[in-house]
Amino acid sequence: MVESTIFREPMKRDRDVADERPLVRRLLIALTVGLMAIFFFTPVALVFVEAFRKGAPAFLNALGDPDTQSAIRLTLLVAAIAVPINALFGVAAAWAAARFQFPGKSILITLIDLPFSVSPVVAGLSYVVLFGSRGYFGPWFAAHGIPVVFALPGIALATTFVTFPFVARELIPLMQQQGVDDEEAALTLGASPWRMFFTVTLPNIKWGLLYGILLCNARAMGEFGAVAAVSGRIRGETNTLPLHVEVLYGGFDLAGAFAVASILAGLALVTLIVKTILEWRHADELAISRRR
Amino acid sequence: MSNSSSRLYLHRLLAAAAFAFCFFIVFFARAETALLNVSYDPTRELYKAINQKFAAEWKRQTGETIALKASHGGSGGQARAVIDGLKADVVTLALAPDIDAIATQTGKIKADWQKRLPNNSSPYLSTIVLLVRKGNPKAIKDWDDLVKPGVAVVTPNPKTSGGARWNYLAAWGFAQKKFSGDEGKTTDFIKALFKNAPVLDTGARGSTLTFAQRGIGDVLIAWENEAFLAFEEFGADKFEIVFPSQSILAEPPVAVVDANVDANGTRKQAEAYLDYLYTPEAQKIIAKNYYRPIHTEAVDPEDLKRFPKIPLLEIDRDFGGWNAAHAKHFVNGGTFDQIYTPAK
Repeated sequence: MVESTIFREPMKRDRDVADERPLVRRLLIALTVGLMAIFFFTPVALVFVEAFRKGAPAFLNALGDPDTQSAIRLTLLVAAIAVPINALFGVAAAWAAARFQFPGKSILITLIDLPFSVSPVVAGLSYVVLFGSRGYFGPWFAAHGIPVVFALPGIALATTFVTFPFVARELIPLMQQQGVDDEEAALTLGASPWRMFFTVTLPNIKWGLLYGILLCNARAMGEFGAVAAVSGRIRGETNTLPLHVEVLYGGFDLAGAFAVASILAGLALVTLIVKTILEWRHADELAISRRR
Repeated sequence: MSNSSSRLYLHRLLAAAAFAFCFFIVFFARAETALLNVSYDPTRELYKAINQKFAAEWKRQTGETIALKASHGGSGGQARAVIDGLKADVVTLALAPDIDAIATQTGKIKADWQKRLPNNSSPYLSTIVLLVRKGNPKAIKDWDDLVKPGVAVVTPNPKTSGGARWNYLAAWGFAQKKFSGDEGKTTDFIKALFKNAPVLDTGARGSTLTFAQRGIGDVLIAWENEAFLAFEEFGADKFEIVFPSQSILAEPPVAVVDANVDANGTRKQAEAYLDYLYTPEAQKIIAKNYYRPIHTEAVDPEDLKRFPKIPLLEIDRDFGGWNAAHAKHFVNGGTFDQIYTPAK
């Protein structure tokens, strides 16, 4: 009997907390939905409304512009460089953090978060200071004919820095929780380390990895600040999609700016949908839902 | 998980990597002669028109296909980017000190650059005018009206914008004349003017958008070309241009970035490009885009009529040259720093 009282007591209190009058509850819900509508839904909807304000031909025209095409190509290319690098790095970092004990481990995990806390512009500018023609390493690269800042390598570098933590942050808690039992079993049964990795570890973390890659990719394609600092804004060459939106807006081309912005917004929506599906179908294999 | 599904996964990963690699190759394989023009904010439309014509003309003369690339932004920031390594073949900036900064800090441009092309290396001129809302509700006629209480002035920040420095000097020159050279009263006048400025954008185009698109302010101090462009973009029924009793002769200069063209092997093309700006054909495009041409023979007389003759101060004659003006007004601790306290 004593046990049941102990259990019932907090249950009762829980119910008390959620036992507001229906009016209060409805008001709170209306407030939340209203705020969401104003701050989230309206701007996103507006992007598409403005994009099609002058009709579908103007929209297609804006997307067919060579500079816009080049911005799309560059953005895809930068993501295609930054995301695989960060996926590899994320798996390696999570492996190290989840499987081994070594001095400085907590510092390492904290450092992985650094790009989240540093303003992207500062990150971009520090690359200019490092690799600019009067920077620390810039003259060496210039002497060897390798362009870094104001060219593709600098943009890829800045994007990689900013999107650094996404995969690692997702995998570290996941792998820590999964433990080493499966892997030890594989090794005991005679699997080589690589075989163990590809047939045991990777399948165990694949949904988490995909989730991290998804967020990493969304940020890589949408990054503005860090890229703006290292881009040089050469139209048709070093302008990424977010920068191109600003260029078009500054050129009094509002319809064009919103047409390009709608690509980014569309990308965000796709990311959101895939993310939701992942969270729904594979919740048990994602660190984010396990943390709850 | 089954063995085959993780194999499939690996294959996809490899396919994605191969895909990325192909992109890389395609990106770098596009080798053609290209010129990069690093310019200031309001020249986007001008150089778009010029580049098209020059590419056609160059093709006709030499048979070579040339790709003209452009980068636009606040003049000071653009100079900074070239100093930090942006591979500009030519720079076309808002004022001489920005090109001087590249020359002195990097040596990439020879010190005598301003003597290499006619008219102090300025192929076009402009001036500073006032853009007000239709019907001129605040009755703004001249610089005096900008310091009246309740008038909201939009101008970019002289620290980052070349256009804003011309604005500042035009207002300074007016006040100096009005108060017969009394330095204290002139300073107070400028202080009152900036007290009326609620926002300072970083570039001229940003200020135009603040005034025209976002509807902030009663008057925009702007490049003449930028004021006309706002007319064209937003409709003549929204604004009026007020030509003040006097203004300043703005000379936006151009230069070849010697070190970069020598490295790129584009000196011939870069020099031809800048020379082209002085041709009758280019001068005609320049006037069409609301910049004041320096040669008027080929210019459409209708275009020329748009530029009224008003007394214009000159930087060398009236301010002792850019070096002196810069040292007095725009260095850290100069007159601008002394008078400007951000509006609260």
